[in-house]
Amino acid sequence: MIRSSPYILQKTTLQQIMLKVIYALIPGILVYIYFFGWAIISNLLLAIGVALITESIALLLRKRPLKPYLSDGSAILTSILLTLAIPSIAPWWMIVIGVSFSILIAKHVYGGLGYNPFNPAMVGYIILLVSFPLEMTHWVTPINMIEHTDKLLLNITQTLQYQFFNLLPTHTNIDAITMATPLDELKTALNSSAKTVSEIKDEGMVYGYIGGIAWEWLNIAYLIGGLWLIQQRIISWHIPIGFLSALFLMALFFGTDIDQSASPLFHLFSGATMLGAFFIATDPITAATTPKGRIIFGAGIGILVYIIRTWGGYPDGVAFAVLLMNMLVPLLDYYTQPKVFGHDSSPKE
Amino acid sequence: MNNLNYPTIALNGLWHNNPIFVQMLGLCPLLAVSNTVVNALGLGLATIFVLMLSNFSISLIRNIVRAEIRLPIFVLIIASIVTAIELIMQAWFHDLYQILGIFIPLIVTNCSIVGRAEGFASKNPPLPALWDGFMTGCGFTLALILLGTMREIIGFGTFFSQAHLMFGESMNWLTIQIFENYHGFLLAILPPGAFIGLAFILAGKNIIDRKIKNIKQKRSVIILQQTSINN
Repeated sequence: MIRSSPYILQKTTLQQIMLKVIYALIPGILVYIYFFGWAIISNLLLAIGVALITESIALLLRKRPLKPYLSDGSAILTSILLTLAIPSIAPWWMIVIGVSFSILIAKHVYGGLGYNPFNPAMVGYIILLVSFPLEMTHWVTPINMIEHTDKLLLNITQTLQYQFFNLLPTHTNIDAITMATPLDELKTALNSSAKTVSEIKDEGMVYGYIGGIAWEWLNIAYLIGGLWLIQQRIISWHIPIGFLSALFLMALFFGTDIDQSASPLFHLFSGATMLGAFFIATDPITAATTPKGRIIFGAGIGILVYIIRTWGGYPDGVAFAVLLMNMLVPLLDYYTQPKVFGHDSSPKE
Repeated sequence: MNNLNYPTIALNGLWHNNPIFVQMLGLCPLLAVSNTVVNALGLGLATIFVLMLSNFSISLIRNIVRAEIRLPIFVLIIASIVTAIELIMQAWFHDLYQILGIFIPLIVTNCSIVGRAEGFASKNPPLPALWDGFMTGCGFTLALILLGTMREIIGFGTFFSQAHLMFGESMNWLTIQIFENYHGFLLAILPPGAFIGLAFILAGKNIIDRKIKNIKQKRSVIILQQTSINN
């Protein structure tokens, strides 16, 4: 995209950028392991393997060189983001389908890295969410909730047995190990059980200290990684700030009835908010490129996330919001081109 | 006239001028009804009948209809034929009729029918027009069945399920369960699956066309070389 001067030669390569983004995800992955178990590691390995294989197939079919494209890390990052977004006990074939759709359909059919209009990881996520809605709600009970509920904790062997052979320990069913996510639980409690927020708080199943129980720590870890990325100048502040402040303001304005709606802080520290704001919406290929455009892009995602969470059919809406705003990117870039220095702002005939 | 050559008309309807793959007409019913093979076949057959009858009758009156009012007349004829087909399906294939629902009356708005009436039937004698209607309809049905097969196998893991809707209870053996304990891949059944599937079919047709073109070019080059050597 055309930006005004000064043009500064960047010494960082694509590979370094992708590596730094992956490093920034490490705190989030560690917290994920603490709350949801070790299965995420095997999921990540499987996803990365599938990503590299499908990327190679696509490159061979398109007669492109393998090494430069495989080693740039973009396929690996896509698969990591997708795996972090889906439940840790997702069956193996879901990971395979999701990742191969991300790479083959969302990325290579549109022309490969740099040409894809939609965020590949989120396309894979949406395909899974639309096709297997039941499996996508099977989040295991977070470790700090095991004591408060009569839920069971699967060890790593049992989890792998479930993921690969669909076997659960005897006298157990899937409902005994999984639990609705805070956003999901809050939505059902508010809509169908007609409870008030303070009643839901007293039950202690939804609210943690500031956000959704367990998920708040995950969000804080992603926030830390994201702030490090901004400090390293890998991502600019415009998109996350636009996203988070729009979500905060929406929750503030529409959440005046505190008995019926979640607080702004709850929205910021639940679900995929921070992962979306710092890692998914900031994808350099599918996001807007001008500073003003980026703020609008981020704010649009924030507004859509609030709309989907509050009035939509799904508990969380980051993926849909990102894809919807991806569609607007060419328009945003067109209308927010910065003025060239010395030119009059009003067009002359 | 080249157009009156029956094999050429057949090849045009099925492949070179296929209403779906080449002209991209009538995509709305294609995308909406192709979720199972039986639905696809039902709508395809209905469309074949409408195309044949409309092409034939329009060709019969082609010399007495004034050019200024031909389109309203075509639409009138097509609408009455579709209404007749709809009543027939309601009487004899009631279950299928209920599944296909609004898409049977909507055959009227299928652009490929008016397209064939205007482009072929109004300029050619009745018998070639009838044949053209049949082959264009077959091309449309082919596309429907191809997409329907893909979506049904991926989406439900079956082939030809609910065959009784079309052929009666005695033909239920036609249903084939391809995958046992299949989870179902909802995306293929939903509208996005239709778009993705159609895109892959179109890409496949383009690849085949390019291969054929390459072979033909090579052949003509060889023939040219041979003639130049001979000369």
